[in-house]
Amino acid sequence: MTLLHAEWTKVRTVPGPAWLLFGAVALTVLLSALASGAMPEGGDPAKSAFLGITLGQAAVAILAVGMVSGEYGTGMIRTTFTAMPRRVNVLAAKGLVVTALTLAAGAVAVLASAATGDALLPNGLSLSEGPIQRAATGSVLYLTLIALLSIGVAALVRDAAAAIGVVLGLLYLTPIVTSLVSDPVWHDRLQKLSPMTAGLAIQATMNLDQQPISPWKGLGVLALWAAGALLAGAATLRLRDA
Amino acid sequence: MKHLIHAEWTKFRTVRGWVIGMVVAIPLTVLIGLLGPAGSSFECAGPNGQKCAAQTPPTLPDGTPVFDNFYFVHRTLSGDGTITARVAPLKDAEPWAKAGVIVKQSTKVGSAYAAVMTTGGHGVRMQYNYTEDIAGPAKGQWLRLSRKGNTLTGAVSADRRHWTTVGTTQLDLGSTVEAGMFVSSPQHVERTQSFGSISEDGSPTTATTTFDEVTTDGEWRKDWHSTEVGGPSEMVETGFTEQDGRFTITGHGDITPVVQAGLGRSVENALVGVFAGLIAVLVVATLFVTSEHRRGLIRTSFAANPRRGQLLAAKAIVIGGVSFVVGVVSAALSIPLVTDLEVAKGFFLFPSSAWTEIRVVVGTGLLFAVAAVLAVAVGSLLRRGAGTVTAMIVGIVLPYLLAVASVLPAGPAEFLTTVTPAAGFAIQQTVREYPQVSASYTPGDGFFPLSQAGGFAVLCAYAVLAAVLATFALRRRDA
Repeated sequence: MTLLHAEWTKVRTVPGPAWLLFGAVALTVLLSALASGAMPEGGDPAKSAFLGITLGQAAVAILAVGMVSGEYGTGMIRTTFTAMPRRVNVLAAKGLVVTALTLAAGAVAVLASAATGDALLPNGLSLSEGPIQRAATGSVLYLTLIALLSIGVAALVRDAAAAIGVVLGLLYLTPIVTSLVSDPVWHDRLQKLSPMTAGLAIQATMNLDQQPISPWKGLGVLALWAAGALLAGAATLRLRDA
Repeated sequence: MKHLIHAEWTKFRTVRGWVIGMVVAIPLTVLIGLLGPAGSSFECAGPNGQKCAAQTPPTLPDGTPVFDNFYFVHRTLSGDGTITARVAPLKDAEPWAKAGVIVKQSTKVGSAYAAVMTTGGHGVRMQYNYTEDIAGPAKGQWLRLSRKGNTLTGAVSADRRHWTTVGTTQLDLGSTVEAGMFVSSPQHVERTQSFGSISEDGSPTTATTTFDEVTTDGEWRKDWHSTEVGGPSEMVETGFTEQDGRFTITGHGDITPVVQAGLGRSVENALVGVFAGLIAVLVVATLFVTSEHRRGLIRTSFAANPRRGQLLAAKAIVIGGVSFVVGVVSAALSIPLVTDLEVAKGFFLFPSSAWTEIRVVVGTGLLFAVAAVLAVAVGSLLRRGAGTVTAMIVGIVLPYLLAVASVLPAGPAEFLTTVTPAAGFAIQQTVREYPQVSASYTPGDGFFPLSQAGGFAVLCAYAVLAAVLATFALRRRDA
């Protein structure tokens, strides 16, 4: 509990996180609104209405990376570890705090995106439908997993700029590379492994049989990425000097 | 200024992580580039078990792949001569269905030709050697093509008395040529686009029209022959009938350069790894500025040299220069290595001259340099490493991803590749747009809305704007 309280105080008392959460919401809603307004005929309404997540996740990643790398940058991490020598628990506390913050901001962003989508999409968007609900809750969970992935990578890489480069490179590069691979087996495999493509499968509400991976399985792939990053980060924390 | 650049170079050179980051960008670019062809293969299950090579289109001597498929009713012409015919308008035909008179080196696929034609929706045209197209008047049923020496002249008339020249060209077709009438009609393509995928549904079409009052001048051999250039279609019926000098011809196919082909790769496809390399370069360029702010070294730097703008310029010059070299080396290694693998995998390559490849290699270097300068300027403004790297990746890579990996429809995709720094990737474009070929020319197909220089200028404008703001902010803010 002390650990959580300490992390919460750290987040609460600097202006950065609040701005980043606000930025995540604003960016998500902005791109979602643009995509909803420009949806081609036959497009997936949920994918359009929640496209902004692809942009909003960048702000969430900065927030999460900053919670770890920021302490390394200023040397604060040594004070933290002196006060709380159980390093893995510190990482867990950071993970919990960032999860709570991202869940809250993600919920606001997704609800606002759903509202703009309802207004801008030709046939509207109703949160009472099962698949749309799944896309909406899944998008919030997606953001949370991105935050956890970022925490893990930051613990591994330490430097903020390098960590954010790794996270965003992993997210944004894999779809670009995948689009050039024409072998159907490899194309399919890469789509299933790519954290962003697989994770965002949760937003698909149409032609589910043509998606590279089923919605919840896709989110599971991203969860595995996040878990892997957290494990690697925790191991590094224990083994390396702070 | 010189000692400033030297100081910045020393800072860069002596931080091991930065040098490693820059050097790693090179193999990263090459390896990611190799992933594309390495993970590609074809199922070449042709009906007769043809190999992949049999599916690649014929190419011109310079390597340009072409379609050469049409119904040809012809006689052999020796030396100079003229053919004139009245061609009935094409009704309910594809916009680029063609019917007209043609002089062709031989009936061999890919041989040189010149033709004047009426089209389904683009008026009268003179076209020659696949890539060249001259627009004529919208109407005119009488078409005439004459050959005098190596000069071919296409003309059109509404009444057979007053002729308008559509175009002339110099073509060495040899002493005897095949000349006559032709009809072609390209595939009807329906594109349906939804998020993340584009499906193309093509079906072959035919066009039918009549030619009458066909007259010839010169030494023509007697009988009309018919040839289905490029082989007959298994899907549609083609053919011709003649009655009292009135020819009714049904044809399919097209005579154009190939704009897209499933198995074709162009130079820029070899450079997909540039994104990975660019991210590494952007991270180092950002750290080059932000870590001075974080460590407080910036105050020492300003104490040593109070002209803050100059310090920023020196940083930009050093990191821009290093990034330029990294970009040039990455591209110069990627292009031959990746294209070799593509050829080994059975792709055919869209031709590119050595000059084009040099332009793309230098262009990639400039792209890296300007992006790095932008990162330095934004880093100096934001003073935060994570924020700057995110801004750079979201500004440069994300728009490209949304526009090109076919996530967005064509309109927003073109908008993104016009107004964001991602427009700079246009500098790598080598594929050419042909107005006379109806194809999809979206960013997803490799066609940027801005020209190579124009797109690059957008990126430069961002860099200049950020540099001006950064200089201003450096002077006004405490370090």
